[in-house]
Formats: sequence, C-alpha cells, structure tokens
Amino acid sequence: MTSDTLLKLQAITKVYGMGEAQMFALRGISLTINQGEFVAVMGPSGSGKSTCMNILGCMDQPSDGHYWFRDVNVGALSRNQRTLLRRHYLGFVFQGFNLLNRTSALENVELPLLYRGVGSNERRAAARLALATVGLSGWETHKSNELSGGQQQRVAIARAIVTEPLLLLADEPTGNLDSQRSEEIMALLVQLNRERGITVVMVTHEPEMAAYAQRIVQFRDGLIERDQKS
Amino acid sequence: MISNLLTSTLPIAVREMQRNLLRSVLTMLGIIIGVAAVIVLMTLGSGTTRHVTEQIASLGSNLLMISTGKSMGPMQSSTAPKFKLADAEAIAREVTSLVAVAPQASSNATAIFANQNWQTNITGSSERYFSVNNRQLAAGRIFTTSEVRSGAMVCVIGETLRGKLFGTSNPIGARMRLQKLSCEVIGLLEAKGQSSMGSDQDDIVILPLRTFQRRIAGNDEVAMIQVSAKDGVTTNEVKQAIQQVLRRQRHLSAADEDDFNVVDMKEIAGILSGTTQLMTSLLSAVAGISLLVGGVGIMNIMLVSVTERTREIGIRLAIGALEREILAQFLVEAVVLSTTGGGIGILLALTIASVLAAVLQIPLAFSPLVIVSAFVFSATVGVVFGYTPARKAARLNPIEALRHE
Ligand SMILES: Nc1ncnc2c1ncn2[C@@H]1O[C@H](COP(=O)(O)OP(=O)(O)OP(=O)(O)O)[C@@H](O)[C@H]1O
Ligand SMILES: [Mg+2]
Repeated sequence: MTSDTLLKLQAITKVYGMGEAQMFALRGISLTINQGEFVAVMGPSGSGKSTCMNILGCMDQPSDGHYWFRDVNVGALSRNQRTLLRRHYLGFVFQGFNLLNRTSALENVELPLLYRGVGSNERRAAARLALATVGLSGWETHKSNELSGGQQQRVAIARAIVTEPLLLLADEPTGNLDSQRSEEIMALLVQLNRERGITVVMVTHEPEMAAYAQRIVQFRDGLIERDQKS
Repeated sequence: MISNLLTSTLPIAVREMQRNLLRSVLTMLGIIIGVAAVIVLMTLGSGTTRHVTEQIASLGSNLLMISTGKSMGPMQSSTAPKFKLADAEAIAREVTSLVAVAPQASSNATAIFANQNWQTNITGSSERYFSVNNRQLAAGRIFTTSEVRSGAMVCVIGETLRGKLFGTSNPIGARMRLQKLSCEVIGLLEAKGQSSMGSDQDDIVILPLRTFQRRIAGNDEVAMIQVSAKDGVTTNEVKQAIQQVLRRQRHLSAADEDDFNVVDMKEIAGILSGTTQLMTSLLSAVAGISLLVGGVGIMNIMLVSVTERTREIGIRLAIGALEREILAQFLVEAVVLSTTGGGIGILLALTIASVLAAVLQIPLAFSPLVIVSAFVFSATVGVVFGYTPARKAARLNPIEALRHE
C-alpha cells in the first residue's frame, strides 16, 4: 500500500438472503483508490454499484473480504468508530437523496455539521455557502418536500460537501438533472476534486458524465469487468 | 459526558418536536386525557366518600328514628295511624336507656318577613330536638320547657332561611310570619350544609311542637319520634324496649305486625357510605380505562410514526450521528412530551375537579398518590413507547434503517 492510497478493497463479497434465496450482489471486488482520484463507477442496473458504494461509505458491511481506509481495517472497527469515520471523513450522496422531510434545505445541509459540534453561526454560514455552490441560493428556507427532484439532489450534494470530506461518494448525483444542470454539478465535482483535493467516487449511467473522471470502473454481475484510466 | 450529550441533542429534539407538531400534540393529548381523567374521577370519588363520612360523623350520636308505617322511605303506608305526643311521652318515661326523646312533625310553608318570602321546611318539636340532632346555635337561644309545653309563638331558624329573609339585619327578636302565625325568632342554628340525602339542612324553621300542631298543621299528630340512646347501650335493646311501649300504646294484639318502625341512623349512613364506596370503585374503574385508552393512544401514535422515524434515524446515522446521540434525542423528545402532557393533565384536572367539587358541593379531596401515579403511568407509557422503537431502529445499519418500510 503506497502512501497516497486512500482506500483498498480486497475480495469483497456481499450476499443478500439465506439458503435458497441467497443472492450475491458482490462476488469478489478488489479495488484500490488513491488520494485525489476522481473515479466513475459504471455498469448495468443491479450490477452491485450501490452495494459497493454503501460498503465504501461504511454504511453496510461486506459478507467477506477486507476494506482498508487509510491503513485502518474498517472491518475491525466498532459501530461507533465506523460512525465517527463517516462523520469526519466521508460525504455521501444517496441515489434516493434521503433528506429529512418537512425540514428546510438549510437545516438539512447543516445536519452533518451539527453532529461535528460546529457552532450554530458557523454552521449556518457554511450551509449557505454549500447551497450557493450547488446553485440553490434563495432556496434555504424551502422544505425538502417543496423542492423538485433536481433541487433535492442538489441539496443532498450540498449536504455531502459541506463538511469538506476526504472522500465524496456520490451514487448517481446527476440522475435527476437535465443536461445543463448535470454539467454544472460535474464541473463542481471536478472543482472540489482539483482545488480541494477531495477524492470523488461517483456512480453514473451516462458516459458523458463518466468522461469527467480520470478513471472508469465498470461493474457487471457483482464483479469489476474493467478498470481503466481515461 | 451525559450533560454534553444533553446539550447537543436538546436542540435537535426540540426542533424535531416542532417540526412534527401534530404528532407531538396528539401524543401529549393522550397523556393529558389519561392523567386528567384519572385525577378528576378519583378526586370526585374520594370527595364524595369524605362528604358522606363527614355527614355520618355529624349525625347525633346513637340517633334512632321512629316513624309510622312498616318501612322507611317514601313508600310508607299511609294507613298506619300517626303517633301522638303521648306516645313520645310514654317512651321517654318508660325506656330508661335513652338520653333524649324528640317528637316531630313537619310541613312546608312560606315564611314572610318584611317584603321577603321564602318556601321552607317547618318542623315542630321539643327543646330536645337540638341535642338529638346535634345542632348548635350560632345566636340566640333554644326553646324553654315551658315554651314547649304552652305552645309559645317562638321559633329557631336555619342559616339559609335567615339569609333569604333577613339579609344583613339581625334576625334575633324579629317577628316572622308563617301562614297565619306570627312568631318571634329566638335562635339561629349554626350552618350544617347538605344532608347525605342532598337536602339543605339549613333551610328550616323549628317551632315548639304544640305551636306547630295548633297553628300550622291543625291536628295533634306526631309524624316521627327521634331518640338518642345512652352510650354503651346496644341499638337492639333500645329498639326492643321502644317496640314494647309503642305496641301497647297503639293497641296492637300479639298477632299484629308492628305498624311503625325504628331505624338506627347509623345503619342508613352505613348503607349510604357503602353506596358511595361502590361508586368510588366504579369511578376508579372508569379512570383506569381512560388511563389505558390514553396509553393506547400514545402507543398508537408512536408506533405509526416508527416508519418515518426509522428513515430519519437512518439519515442521521448515515450522516455521522452516534447511536447514543440518536437515543438521547428520542429520549429527550419522549420525556419532554410526556412530562409536559402530564403537567398539563394535572393542571387541567385540578381546574376541572375544583369546579365540579364546587358545583356538587363536595369537599375537594386531592390525593397526591393518585396524581403522582397517574403522572408516572402516563409518562412511563410515553417514554417507553417513544423510546423503544427508536432503540430498535438505532441499532440497524444506516442502510437497513433507510430501506425500512
Ligand atoms: N437489501 C437487499 N436485499 C436483497 N437484495 C438486495 C438488497 N440490496 C440490493 N440487492 C440486490 O443486489 C443487487 C445489486 O444491487 P445494487 O443496488 O447494488 O445495484 P446497482 O448497481 O446500484 O443498480 P442501479 O443501477 O439500478 O442502482 C441487485 O440485484 C439487488 O436486487
Ligand atoms: Mg444503485
């Protein structure tokens, strides 16, 4: 493992269900991602992309295999330690946004800072800035259910980047956006990656979006079919 | 560490309660209704019991009531001849275990003073009436023996009547009209309030029996004889002695049944307090049911909101909230809602019970035990059902929690 390795997956498998209904979502994935990389994950629906992202995000545990995050064996961590790892190092954009209902955009974005113990003024300022970054200035007080799908997606992105994480995991961040918005978001991710050194792993179905990445990992049936630098 | 956790989660909990105002209000409502219902019902129940107990205590000691007819109550047979003064005198003379004997007759009539008039109860009796019925005077004096014997135009009035007729002026020495009779007010009874049967014992005029018979009733009948027995004599002995005298006075042959009856007031009081105790138990049962219904209401709301809240917990976990931070948030929420609801319930109950007790004229008998246990029960239900689902959810993986249906 070299000094600029951020994370390393080794023979990761994930099995859902038991016995007859057993189903392999991941069949042995090995993957190394370096600090500062911008990786696009592609592959057909059901090929295990989200499952892999959840494991990378320390939100789900693999059935077998090893996961190192900066020399830390994630599998050996306690629940609370994994939570703290998420809190301090990871930003996650869910495929389904997962915003708090009936809660303003601003409060949703503030949430990760709240658990980091950031004071309320600083928190609010950072949240406003993050919302401005995703083009949602003026929408701060809107409740999440009053926003369009694209706007919700951008709030979710703002929430993931407000903490300036070490690793940003984005599961189809442009899935609900028109092409112009998608380009803007991609430009933003590229900027975060270049200027702040945030490592980005992004799932996408669209080759145009994947083209922004330096590296494309292709999934198929729970395995990595291809891993190429672009 | 704990206080740290509290200060960091309190704002989140408060925010979450505001955000889900309806859910918060409904939860509190369950607790409010449960707590208030129990306290109000139990308070009224024990208030009534205490009222009856006080009534029993205020009855003259060892008081027996002798009336004509075969049974007590409103269905008295009217065929039995009434008593005469001689009957009472015979009892007083021959039954040695008695302290006092007071013959009585009464009717309703209008009392008039100046331009005020008031329909009241007029009772004719002897000077013994006061001791037998355990009634003290607030002012003036009672009848003398000679006034009773001669049928003097004097009377003693109750507090209600005094208020109605005399207002602020002094009634003692005033002349009041009762039908054709004009009598001098010589005494005022101390107020006694409602009887256990619900009649106002202060709405009354007491005349010497003879005056009543001649001027009001127009006959020489005695409706009832009250006696008080000496201490240490059993009621049964007294009853038998009285029966003997009266059977002779009323010329009953050995084959005839008694056409009068002797009732121990304590017996009636006992029956009455038994009834109130039954009522109190019934109220307690109803109170218990309302507490249960309130509890079920709380449970319901909490359980219905579990799905939504599990997703919320998933989001918080994913973002980096520790299990204990989430649990602290839910615990704070449940405790705040439950104690606020319980507090409001107590205040509401105190208000309602005070008003009802005033209306029903019963003493306010708040029991701290009832208040505390109703509060504790509801608060416990609230906390348990607010906290338990959250504890289950907070143990899930963030992904499992987010996927929860
Ligand atoms: N909780 C679960 N229980 C059972 N099976 C699951 C679960 N989550 C995912 N799977 C299965 O695992 C496989 C991989 O799912 P995953 O969500 O990783 O696919 P994906 O590549 O993200 O697809 P998409 O592009 O549609 O998002 C699928 O066949 C899915 O049915
Ligand atoms: Mg997916």
